[in-house]
Amino acid sequence: MHVVVCGKVIPDINQLTLRIDPDTKRLHRKDEPHILDPAAAVAVEEALQLVEQHGGSISFVTMGPSDAATGIRTALALISTANIPAAAVHLLGDEFAGSDTLGTAKALAAAIKQLPPFDLIICGTEASDTYAGIVPAQLAWQLGIPPLTFANKVVGVEGNTLTINRQSETGYAVVKADLPALVSVTSGLNEPRNPSLKGIMAARKVDVQTYSASQLGLGPDDVGASAARERVETVGAPEARKAGRILESDGQPDTVWAQQAAKEVADFLASLKVI
Amino acid sequence: MADTIWVYAEVVGGAVTPTTLEMLTKAAEVGTAEAVLLGSAPADAVATLGAYGASKVYRGDDPTFDSYLMLPAIEVVASLLQAHQPAAMLFASSYAGRDVAAGLSAKLDCGAITDVGDFQLSDGNVKATIPALGGSYLATSTFTHAGPRLLLVRPKSFEPKHTGGSAVVEAVPAPADAALRKVQVVDRVDVPVEGPQLDAARAIVSGGRGLKSGEAFHALIPPLAELLGGAVGATRAIVDAGWVPYAMQVGQTGKTVKPDVYIAVGISGAIQHLAGMKQSKAIIAINSDPLAPIFQLSDLGIVGDAAQILPLLIDEIRERK
Repeated sequence: MHVVVCGKVIPDINQLTLRIDPDTKRLHRKDEPHILDPAAAVAVEEALQLVEQHGGSISFVTMGPSDAATGIRTALALISTANIPAAAVHLLGDEFAGSDTLGTAKALAAAIKQLPPFDLIICGTEASDTYAGIVPAQLAWQLGIPPLTFANKVVGVEGNTLTINRQSETGYAVVKADLPALVSVTSGLNEPRNPSLKGIMAARKVDVQTYSASQLGLGPDDVGASAARERVETVGAPEARKAGRILESDGQPDTVWAQQAAKEVADFLASLKVI
Repeated sequence: MADTIWVYAEVVGGAVTPTTLEMLTKAAEVGTAEAVLLGSAPADAVATLGAYGASKVYRGDDPTFDSYLMLPAIEVVASLLQAHQPAAMLFASSYAGRDVAAGLSAKLDCGAITDVGDFQLSDGNVKATIPALGGSYLATSTFTHAGPRLLLVRPKSFEPKHTGGSAVVEAVPAPADAALRKVQVVDRVDVPVEGPQLDAARAIVSGGRGLKSGEAFHALIPPLAELLGGAVGATRAIVDAGWVPYAMQVGQTGKTVKPDVYIAVGISGAIQHLAGMKQSKAIIAINSDPLAPIFQLSDLGIVGDAAQILPLLIDEIRERK
């Protein structure tokens, strides 16, 4: 089977304070260290497990600035670590900048149509920087394939039918659809493996196919800020929630401080009438 | 209609969801509120929607809406939107809400603003307020193109008000097109969660990576929560690490909570987490890193080792009870 993983390469959310550029009113991305979105790593891992079981190849598709290259290599290294034939597509160029969710879905769909026919598309449910969580279903619609979203378990492929457990408010629903289909996977359903050195080396030899918007036949009404159906008008500081009392040990032994801290918390809980 | 606002109503566990009622209350304050309710629902669902502000309910009760996800609902709502052209349509940021809104946006080539915390109508357009990056910014966003305006609303953004109105019902048939029956529900499984539910709990004790291990989490967090009659929460980091199930996740991609007191243990305060708990009435943080962002919004911050402090806190509370 040919599995396409769509994922984002994002500023490293663990290493810096995300900020919004006051001019463009977009997330500041330039010059920040970029990583493969942890949600995308989960999607790659799920693809690896399916292809290890059924055989086939995996293509990774992303849209983003040139910084995204590092994350693309990570995805390719993961695929190569499993000895699975890997390909990658990078949607690159200023024409894509400022795309909204729908523009992103259109661009991904156009790129996927350039690839060999696919059986399955896997995405994270939402990227770890913006959390919109609607691109996968928009993408499925653009490609005319059934969306199997919010999977907390990929039960398996039998014949031409894919079955998942879909996360719900009260548990899960067992849901199935015929391939080709799209699955979006929740963040906890697998533990992504680490790439091997051999995989990292092999990934370097993979040619990453880049496309500009015009190469895909997409214009300013399809992608980029001009196509966005929404516009951020203002970005301001919210009503700040004031920090209250912050208590630190003044040098007493840890056990003494721990005792005092426990009393402080209990007093506060009592003042709130929680105890 | 210029000031008609639609709400995509959802039923979970046999009851209309709180977020549906919150959105209806807000819609009725801003304009004329109407609801679309598809799939099985309790007998009093329409009355409930009316009591919280809906003057009309488009009701499709065909079993197709339960057996086949998304596509039939998208088809029906798309036709209704085109026929009636409300000023905006509100969806909860839920599983179904996000899927239906996403499909409508793609099908009708129209905008969808996500993560909405508030909105108003002005000059026929919508101005939405979004607590971006976990509330570190407040952005306002509007629609730039003609066509339906879809808003995905965060839970607990509005206070639901029972105003006692009633709704007229317009029946909506299910679409006949077999091509829309692609995503089939084979079974629904309820996974019972022990103890109070996160959404409803008055006290929540949450743990994060600062606890260092799943064992430490399970030894410390549930006992304290139980003692307070509260629920157990977790950060995305430890859900991803496999310490606890996704159902415990508080944050932008997990549950949004608003308890009387939120105790954050070993939680640094990543944007993703703050988004889900910032509205708590009181916040207590225990963390060994004095620079942890969580302290900046805590009413009481304790810089210290949770593994030492929590057992003593549990003893202290037991003594006082």
